[in-house]
Amino acid sequence: MTAYTATVTVRLKRGVLDPEAETTRRALERLGFELAGLRSADRFDIDLEAEDADEAADRAEEMAERLLANPTIHDYEVAVAEK
Amino acid sequence: MTVAVVQFGGSNCDRDAVRALSHLGVDAERVWHEDGLPPDLDGIVLPGGFSYGDYLRAGAMAARAPIMAAVRDAAEEGVPVLGVCNGAQIGSESGLTPGAFTTNASARFQCEPVSLRVERADTPWTRAYDEGEVIEVPIAHGEGRFEIDDDAYEDLVADDRVLFRYCDADGTVTDEANPNGSTGNVAGVLGERETVAVLMPHPERATLPDVAGSTDGEGVLRAFV
Repeated sequence: MTAYTATVTVRLKRGVLDPEAETTRRALERLGFELAGLRSADRFDIDLEAEDADEAADRAEEMAERLLANPTIHDYEVAVAEK
Repeated sequence: MTVAVVQFGGSNCDRDAVRALSHLGVDAERVWHEDGLPPDLDGIVLPGGFSYGDYLRAGAMAARAPIMAAVRDAAEEGVPVLGVCNGAQIGSESGLTPGAFTTNASARFQCEPVSLRVERADTPWTRAYDEGEVIEVPIAHGEGRFEIDDDAYEDLVADDRVLFRYCDADGTVTDEANPNGSTGNVAGVLGERETVAVLMPHPERATLPDVAGSTDGEGVLRAFV
């Protein structure tokens, strides 16, 4: 078994309104920053023991499917690195 | 008629729901989620509140609590299930109803009376109303924007599963009358069975004459009478 960190990034699907990101963008502009757009995402760093990186990724993907993301509004991606 | 009002950590409309149902003569009791559903159940309410602090997404944690498997089984057997506000979020997160309820377009918590147009009057939840009737019921949510992809929305409309839409006082569905940016001004939808419904507005807060100005929400709870 090897120690991995699986990083799950959950984003709103393209086209789904993100009011919090929009509010954050406006706040940055009020501070004088110039930006063309801003998107936010949730990132989960999951430490786990697995036989190999594929198994670690599979398990993280199942976590995303079953809880971390809502498939109606979210896309997600999984990246795995040895800890 | 025994109706279980399922209480999660952070539910806060469970007592209101029991009081409103009792007012209508319905035998309702609060059920702590860890205790499971009682036998011989005639109905289930998933009440409003902030279960699990709305962590991750409103309703996400409660939707994965073990009792929800039993709620889904009961729903499939035809037991009436109503999700209100946080209960609607739990219902959609658990797959009882289509779509998702997410952050209001305003990014703010909104607590105000709204007008709803009754889209169908031939369901258990709306048979006390006429189709097209306008009722006034309060909302109180930060994550009530109904989101659904275009294809699924078309299916929802084609299948006639929209129960209520936000409208103006005359019953016209407008952007101005949409408090949270919901797709199609949708405020409540049916599950696969007509006996399953979720809505963001609070019918139990518009039932008791001594609590609110409006008692328009009573008709929804009459599904359990």
